[in-house]
Amino acid sequence: MSEAVLTRTTPRLSAGEALAGWMLTAPAAIAFLLMLLAPTLATIALAFTDYELGAPALNWIGLENFAELLQDRGVAIALRNTILYVAIVAPASVLGGLALALLIEAGTRGRAAFRAVFFLPVVSLPVAMAAAWQYLLHPTIGPLNAALRAIGIAGPNWLSSSDTVLISLAAIGVWENIGFNLVLFLAGLTAIPRELYAAAEVDGASRAWDRFRLVTWPLLGPTTLFVVTITMTRAVRVFDSVAVLTQGGPNKASEVLLYAMYEEGFTYFRLGYSAAITLVFLAIVLALVWLQTRVMERRIHYV
Amino acid sequence: MSDRSILRDLPRLALLTLLGLLVLMPYIWMVAASLKPLDEIFRASLSLLPERFYAVENYGKVFAKVPVWRYLWNGVVVCGGILFFQLLFAVPAGYALAKLRFPGSGFAFGAVMLGLLVPYHVPALPLYVGFSQLGLLNSYTALIAPATISVFAIFLFRQFFKSLPDDLIHAARMDGLGEGEIVWRIVLPNAWPAATAFAIFSVVAHWNDLFWPLIIVNGTSYATPALGVLYFRSDEAGDDFGSLMAAAVLMTAPLVLAFLLAQRRFIEGIATTGLKG
Repeated sequence: MSEAVLTRTTPRLSAGEALAGWMLTAPAAIAFLLMLLAPTLATIALAFTDYELGAPALNWIGLENFAELLQDRGVAIALRNTILYVAIVAPASVLGGLALALLIEAGTRGRAAFRAVFFLPVVSLPVAMAAAWQYLLHPTIGPLNAALRAIGIAGPNWLSSSDTVLISLAAIGVWENIGFNLVLFLAGLTAIPRELYAAAEVDGASRAWDRFRLVTWPLLGPTTLFVVTITMTRAVRVFDSVAVLTQGGPNKASEVLLYAMYEEGFTYFRLGYSAAITLVFLAIVLALVWLQTRVMERRIHYV
Repeated sequence: MSDRSILRDLPRLALLTLLGLLVLMPYIWMVAASLKPLDEIFRASLSLLPERFYAVENYGKVFAKVPVWRYLWNGVVVCGGILFFQLLFAVPAGYALAKLRFPGSGFAFGAVMLGLLVPYHVPALPLYVGFSQLGLLNSYTALIAPATISVFAIFLFRQFFKSLPDDLIHAARMDGLGEGEIVWRIVLPNAWPAATAFAIFSVVAHWNDLFWPLIIVNGTSYATPALGVLYFRSDEAGDDFGSLMAAAVLMTAPLVLAFLLAQRRFIEGIATTGLKG
């Protein structure tokens, strides 16, 4: 009798609750194990083998894949192009998104309509829009070069010249990301208390630029850092536009990491080598997350 | 700010309109080309309107050459299936992690946080080998199964459920409801904002995804809209931009129309939910 009372008065870890907890997490845990944890660990393991699809056996070859990576001109170019792509897309779409957010926030007319227009690329099928861009940028029949011809400029062969292909893909990347960043900045801007602007004006910040410099920019700091890192992690995953428009060409001028991984793995079926490229990709993503948490932690003390 | 006269607001509106038109250029030209015959497209005139209205032929060619409805249906099945299983797995797990005390819950939450760091491209190679060995390449199973576990959904629902009052759950227990019933009958109906936000995020992500379908699907029977456009582009269209643009319009339209009808929800869903995307 007293025992029964005792167990009831220490309800912290009842057997029933524990059982319910396990039952309710079990489906997710099993799916997590099968679809995420096991295959991720298998990718890491594969990177140290010479496994090819259809091959009778696989051998552990230690770091040989990574040694080959260092010698591989294609992978070096893919890495360089990915970094370049991120280095163009991230700043352009972050600053563009901020500028658009400030423009929209500066008045009340047309807010929802403009926001919707700039956000449209985020929800549009990337493959279909890539096809639209292919037409838009077509060297002879494309409207862009037709417009350039009309003012006497011979437009380049945007997507098939190795000089312009990466910048063209990056422009598409900016177009895809700018609306997303705009929405994040709008959320950050509405969180800034209105009184601060009035106070700054009283203190002599009469020009819009001064109010931006003294109030908006510092208070938007955490949002900006967040937008920068999220854009970088989105940009580093560039795949669709490359797969549809250039397949990494011409002459690897638009080869990027994920497309190199896809080609090695699913065109040449060199799964071990492809896994090694995947790990390079994962390392970059993890480095960006690490950077994000580091910068966020440091900023909180100042802002 | 609101009392600003429209005259003073005009430069801002003009600039935004100009930039908006710039962003809309691909859509404008995509639709324009889908209405033109090929010879007009090849003349590369800067006129948006067709001289000869050719939409029936362009769109007709798409419907005649490719199984448009099949692609759209596959998109619906795949997105619906993925969302169904994501909710089926993530809602109970999110509830358990938010409201129940059980040994291993800390470990499970750690696994969720770790899972958030891994892009879905990373497990793709072994998953491909696994599905290929099971003979499941080219199937709804292979398209849906890898996405059924969303650690992000578990994380999102856990955060949301934490803010639900404990009294609500205690009251349900007093009424004799089991934990499973509490999840689906009490907790989920109270979590509609989080559930719709996640649903929009998930559907947009998987309708638009190319990477995984490209790996796992071969041929038209299980092709999603993204693959459909890709196939049409390489097989049928060639230089026929008129019908290619018609195909692009058809496959983009469903999500874009849904977005235009429910802008606020879409933007909230993708921007609040997409933060971790």
